[in-house]
Amino acid sequence: MSYHPSMIGLDGLAALIEALSVDGFRVLGPTVRDDAIVYDDIAGVDDLPAGWTDEQDGGRYRLKRRDDSALFGYAVGPHAWKRFLHPPLLRLWRAEPDSAGMKLTAAPEPEERFAFLGVRSCELHAIAIQDKVFLQGPYVDPHYKARREGAFLVAVNCGTAGGTCFCASMNTGPRATAGFDLTLTEFTGEFLVEPGSDAGAALLARLPQRAATEADIERARAVSERTAASMGRHMQADGVHDLLLDNLEHKRWDDVAARCLSCGNCTQVCPTCFCTAVSDVNDLSGATERTRRWDSCFSVDFSYIHGGSVRPSPRSRYRQWMTHKLASWVDQFGTSGCVGCGRCITWCPVGIDITEEVRAIRGG
Amino acid sequence: MAKPPRKPKLAVWKFASCDGCQLSLLDCEDELLAVAGAVEIAYFPEATRAVLKGPYDISLVEGSVTTQHDAERLLEVRRQSRRLITIGACATAAGIQGLRNFKDVREFTSVVYAHPEFIETLETSTPISTHVEVDYELRGCPIDKHQLLEVLTAFLNGRRPNIPAHSVCVECKARGTVCVLVRGAAACLGPVTHAGCGAICPAYNRGCYGCFGPKETPNAVSLAPRLVDAGMDKTGLGRVYRTFNPVADAFKKESERHGT
Ligand code: SF4
Ligand code: SF4
Ligand code: SF4
Ligand code: SF4
Repeated sequence: MSYHPSMIGLDGLAALIEALSVDGFRVLGPTVRDDAIVYDDIAGVDDLPAGWTDEQDGGRYRLKRRDDSALFGYAVGPHAWKRFLHPPLLRLWRAEPDSAGMKLTAAPEPEERFAFLGVRSCELHAIAIQDKVFLQGPYVDPHYKARREGAFLVAVNCGTAGGTCFCASMNTGPRATAGFDLTLTEFTGEFLVEPGSDAGAALLARLPQRAATEADIERARAVSERTAASMGRHMQADGVHDLLLDNLEHKRWDDVAARCLSCGNCTQVCPTCFCTAVSDVNDLSGATERTRRWDSCFSVDFSYIHGGSVRPSPRSRYRQWMTHKLASWVDQFGTSGCVGCGRCITWCPVGIDITEEVRAIRGG
Repeated sequence: MAKPPRKPKLAVWKFASCDGCQLSLLDCEDELLAVAGAVEIAYFPEATRAVLKGPYDISLVEGSVTTQHDAERLLEVRRQSRRLITIGACATAAGIQGLRNFKDVREFTSVVYAHPEFIETLETSTPISTHVEVDYELRGCPIDKHQLLEVLTAFLNGRRPNIPAHSVCVECKARGTVCVLVRGAAACLGPVTHAGCGAICPAYNRGCYGCFGPKETPNAVSLAPRLVDAGMDKTGLGRVYRTFNPVADAFKKESERHGT
């Protein structure tokens, strides 16, 4: 069904945050902390990063002042929404010896429902990818499901592309096209709001607003076009699947291995990376606890099987990461594992750039 | 009636060190009772004067070897121990006192002591593994008490300790800390350092100091230019690896590469 867009002001945005918390959502959104724009609890408009932006490049992030007071005038930061939907550390269950033998207690799933404010198009695509990974097929992940179901997503169409963004290359942005309840396009002090679901339309109806005109809608399209034209990075994505898999012995893998720290930062910040390590740890009382924490294909133990690690060299680990993201992911899940958010480039301590690596391999 | 199974005997030995790692065991407060219940503390001068004769099921060894007397004592400790676990940077990678290995120790003693002739010490500080076989090396300056409990529990239960050897960065990201290196706040050794502390320093706006020594497959050479970008000078590049783990291979090589 089609929904009607509206225009809201700052009071409308405040009302939106208010309505979400009245409805029992835990509202999470962008806020300034530690010289960066991170995702955290948002109590009102004042928590948003008014007038802040980010300068991003390989291995470099700087929080900067804008010359206006835009609330969403930045690209994506160090956090991805996955830290809420797929937390870095989960306790799964605990088993304790008792008179009957053993008592098993599953850790309760949280009852809170999340509302995410300021989800970018690349992030919507990343969430859709993790939905595939965790919710489709015969093995549904109950922990992800509990957090994902009932989440309310307020997207923002990017008005500024970051220095490491390349969603335009990956067909994942900058304009949000699906997977949101509401989407905002920011003009000075005003927002075009477009519902994407019944829940979104119902919420919008409760906000102070005026009907959007053709001109408002046109203005919003222009914002997205401008952003698409100002991507910090570009990746020639067509044919990349075969390109990588046909070049598994390319000399560039040695070159990148010399630079790569195998620190795992790229995987931890990537909004689609989902790998975990599950461990059972017993304590001195005889109880055992099973936990699950984010792991990374950059750690040696990640590919440990009987007899040793399958990928002992950083070269094999970087190659595993990149060929999975851009090639075998397609075979596995039917989409690329990369949405072009640029986080792996910005947050790599030595600025290794996935777009540059593809270019180098394409180059011969 | 069958006798209850004998509790494993635990001994805690000190070599050249500051006692900080042993104190981590006492610092286990809540969990200490469980430890005390699961083992028989046979030798732990920091905690009790009672001494039980060896052999010991598990020996925790703190400190490095800096005297001939200690080198001999260590052989005896090994002979008396079924499992020998080193705890901390001194025991595992020579500790701060390992800095002497790069200088002339007699010069130091002549400057520091009024009567250097009374000082009987070796030219070098060496890790425990230089002298005897070690069953497990727990990293850190000081060690993390949760990791110590984990290693003890693992050995008592006959399983492999769950102690990841990846970078500090992985812990940093799990905490949600904004990388100090990338945002230009500090030079950080996290990408080449073994996890274990929980990435404390970056959470307080500091770079990682490398307390847990090198991670698996460290690449300090590639990190160096980024430390310079974060404000470190050339002397710093070598010195930053000459701290608690100066003889750990990757750290030693990198400090030497910078002429330190
Ligand atoms: S691979 Fe890099 S650019 Fe692609 S989605 Fe992951 S973090 Fe973003
Ligand atoms: S990659 Fe695209 S959608 Fe994502 S933050 Fe950058 S411009 Fe926005
Ligand atoms: S590509 Fe960068 S972030 Fe990823 S493991 Fe290598 S050095 Fe670390
Ligand atoms: S602050 Fe240091 S330890 Fe943390 S991610 Fe950055 S480089 Fe790694």
